[in-house]
Amino acid sequence: MRRFRQAYWDEPLIFEIGREDRVGFHVSPLEPELQDAMDDISELVPAGMLRAKPPELPEASEIEVLRHYIHLSQMNYGVNSGVIYPLGSCTMKYNPVINEVLAGHPKITEVHPDQEATTTQGTLEILYDLKKYFLEVTGMDDGTLQPAAGAHGEYVGILIIRAYHMDRGELDQRTEIIIPDSAHGTNPASAIMGGFKTIEIPSNEDGGVDIEALKSVVGPQTAGLMLTNPNTLGIFDSNIAKIAEIVHDVGGLMYYDGANLNAIMGKCRPGDMGFDIVHSNLHKTFSTPHGGGGPGSGPVGVKAYLSKYLPVPYINEDEGVYSLSWEREKTIGKVHGYHGNINPILKAYTYMLTLGGEGLRESSELSVLNSNYIASKLKDVRGYSLPYAEGKPRMHEAVLSATNMSNETGVRALNVSKKLLDYGIHAPTTYFPLIVDEALMIEPTESEPLESLDEFIEAMKKVSELAYSDPEDVMGAPHNTAVGKLDETRAAHPKTICLSWRKYCSINP
Amino acid sequence: MNKPHPYLPNSVPEIKETMLEDIGVKSIEDLYSDVPDELKFNRELDIPGPNSEAEVKRLISGQLEKNLTLRCPPFLGGGVWPHYVPAVVDEIVRRAEFLTSYTPYQPEMTQGMLQVIFEYQSLICELLGMEVANASMYDWATALGEAARMASRLNRRDVFIVPSLISSKRFSVLKSYTDPAGIKVVQVDYDKTTGQIDLEDLKDNMDSKVAGVYVENPSYLGFIEENVDAIAEIAHDSKALFVVGVDPTSLGLIKPPGEYGADLVIGEGQPLGNHMNFGGPLLGLFACRDDPRMMRQMPGRLIGVTDTMDGSRRGFTMTLQTREQHIRREKATSNICSNQALNAVASAAYLSLMGPSGFKELSEVVASRARYAMRRIGELSGVRAPLFNSFHFKEFTVKFNDKTVDEVHNNLLDKHLHGGLSLVEEFPELGESALYCVTEMHTKKDIDKLVAALGEALEE
Repeated sequence: MRRFRQAYWDEPLIFEIGREDRVGFHVSPLEPELQDAMDDISELVPAGMLRAKPPELPEASEIEVLRHYIHLSQMNYGVNSGVIYPLGSCTMKYNPVINEVLAGHPKITEVHPDQEATTTQGTLEILYDLKKYFLEVTGMDDGTLQPAAGAHGEYVGILIIRAYHMDRGELDQRTEIIIPDSAHGTNPASAIMGGFKTIEIPSNEDGGVDIEALKSVVGPQTAGLMLTNPNTLGIFDSNIAKIAEIVHDVGGLMYYDGANLNAIMGKCRPGDMGFDIVHSNLHKTFSTPHGGGGPGSGPVGVKAYLSKYLPVPYINEDEGVYSLSWEREKTIGKVHGYHGNINPILKAYTYMLTLGGEGLRESSELSVLNSNYIASKLKDVRGYSLPYAEGKPRMHEAVLSATNMSNETGVRALNVSKKLLDYGIHAPTTYFPLIVDEALMIEPTESEPLESLDEFIEAMKKVSELAYSDPEDVMGAPHNTAVGKLDETRAAHPKTICLSWRKYCSINP
Repeated sequence: MNKPHPYLPNSVPEIKETMLEDIGVKSIEDLYSDVPDELKFNRELDIPGPNSEAEVKRLISGQLEKNLTLRCPPFLGGGVWPHYVPAVVDEIVRRAEFLTSYTPYQPEMTQGMLQVIFEYQSLICELLGMEVANASMYDWATALGEAARMASRLNRRDVFIVPSLISSKRFSVLKSYTDPAGIKVVQVDYDKTTGQIDLEDLKDNMDSKVAGVYVENPSYLGFIEENVDAIAEIAHDSKALFVVGVDPTSLGLIKPPGEYGADLVIGEGQPLGNHMNFGGPLLGLFACRDDPRMMRQMPGRLIGVTDTMDGSRRGFTMTLQTREQHIRREKATSNICSNQALNAVASAAYLSLMGPSGFKELSEVVASRARYAMRRIGELSGVRAPLFNSFHFKEFTVKFNDKTVDEVHNNLLDKHLHGGLSLVEEFPELGESALYCVTEMHTKKDIDKLVAALGEALEE
């Protein structure tokens, strides 16, 4: 195994760095003639509205600030700097460097969203083209780039479902959104935010939608169904056309959670499966970096009959001239202050053009190859199992269970994850989907060379060996990361919770 | 593809063969056997490429060249503003360990990101005069929507009061968040001379249904809302929350909302070290009081400080996660998952570089430049600037008496200068008016050029 040791700098807080009167940056001063012409601005501020003392920010020089944040970066782990990042459902694929280079172009970074369209033709053209390609991949007719994240896209989808039923005078009746028990947590949260009730349905023995259960809950009260396919077990639900028919028959809409789109680009399309609304996470499928939690981008695609509900502004093209239109018959309005997360969108656009249709298809194929390779090498390793749909292939991800290990040694999925960190490998997603006991959800992506896959497999085998020979070691992990196990209870307890430096100072004088 | 793609290490045919053999299938198609034939996509996606890196660079740079090069930053604000981003900030957010990491779900391995976000929360608290800030929302507009919903959850009331002079875009987003929750949004009138909130109208609208009273400082049209103590009192007398939206660059000069009774503070963090990027990614600020009831109703992530189990080291971790969708699902306070973490990193670095004196200087320089521009433009004939008799920070209204905004602005564009944001459709009652914005990026020369060009446009 790799002998890994993460950096630990014993780094102070930025507030603990620097000295009085040090500065890290100079604002361009007023020109002398301007200074002479102007009164002291602070004397003009209305009585009582002047800030009495400046905010207590750090007083540090440029190099102190730079070093501080570089130290902290070295105590972090990214897909481009690590070994393998098999975090299921998150599609941690390579974030290409050329994307970043182009996204730093001043003609993208220094453009104001309210500039006249005549001054932003390049940006608008890129947005128009990206939308076209996104619709091609998903098989939809129209769409919006406004949502800033996947969950935000889900919310837009829910608002469109709401607008559609309201338009037909059926919103009072259609109060329920059906969601399988294997769904991402954002699905029920988005449906509730949109004013709906959620109806959870169980999965069948293959991890797919239980058709009988679905039939038993649909009716005139059904507003729609939210589903990801392949589902969170990494299994493609072959009954999808039937599912869509059942929901459509009662007047509901089909919403596709595109979190797992990376499995199927160029292989099959949500639009052809019967979905009416789709979101995609550009920060998963289309290689834009997650940035430690964001920014993402969650464009939404719809079938033609729902186009009138899309958010405004809408990008039009007329003989190569692009414009923004605020007129839209039945628009849901706006969901973002401006046009969405444009900078990530440019990165996704770069990515699509780098691979082309053919390369995107091959990316999906290799993501599926990689995950099946891992599943086939680990499913029979002592302590692990591959529940649901025995013998069926997985798509882009596979969910192992560590139930046997847990029962036999006390080592749980959580411990397995933490031990992997000691080998310089990021943990899989644990305890999700909820329908798998002791779940370890593994998504290697197409970016990983065979060597990284083998390294991960070796590490998982090693953890299994240790679980049965030296469980204490596994349960004590991690040992080689910047810090060991953290006291999460202390972090959340009403008596000790501390969310700011000021509070920290008051607790630790 | 005829040869392996640089992004696809296992596209080498021999590797594929070996892996398929190990899995025990003949072809990749066998792995897609669950996809019914009638659903299979039987052609190649119609997306150009593959293109080499050099080809892509040339292609996209060429497209971007179609954006007009302006002679100086646009005189546009309203929610996104042209401010300088120090080189160090860009350097820090390019670090692959930050840039290419996921949400820090494994705290032992992601202390770096967790500490930065903790610092970000702390720095924002200092700036706003508040006690608890979250790790970010998408932008100001969605933060406003979440604030209205949070207020409504806290006091179980369903009316949210906002000013009439509010950005129509922000208002539309607010409605997208409040309508499905059954929250009614009411707009209060303003004083026609000063633009200030009409306190009598506000009082008339207060009752036991009001969940929150929202004001912006500076207001959307750039002036400082002065009667904040009175507004806070009116809100609190009715047991409603006082919610304030800020442009944080004003807070080196203007009193922070935490010092005048705000319960929730939101705003746009873009000007703190983030580029405009055609309006995204932005950075939604969101802060509340050190009150357990409020913290439990906060949307979004919170990072807390703790110790390692062995007590040997200080550490950071996500906390109060039982509010969030990945734990609570339909009972979560919000559906937000991905946020704007990297923009928060940029803002932490920015505020650390500026320091207290630098930040004060920033606010003063911005306000002084704006004041100079406002004075010079106001001296032109056929123009009124500003429309309201109040103290303005960096944005101000300009009304053209004899020309339309479009006429004047097209004339400016011919000279590669971009004027302010037209208010003609948003506020017809203000006539042919525009909202101009001046920051530290606009030199005296830039402002003088603008004034000369406006003068010429008005004479034509």
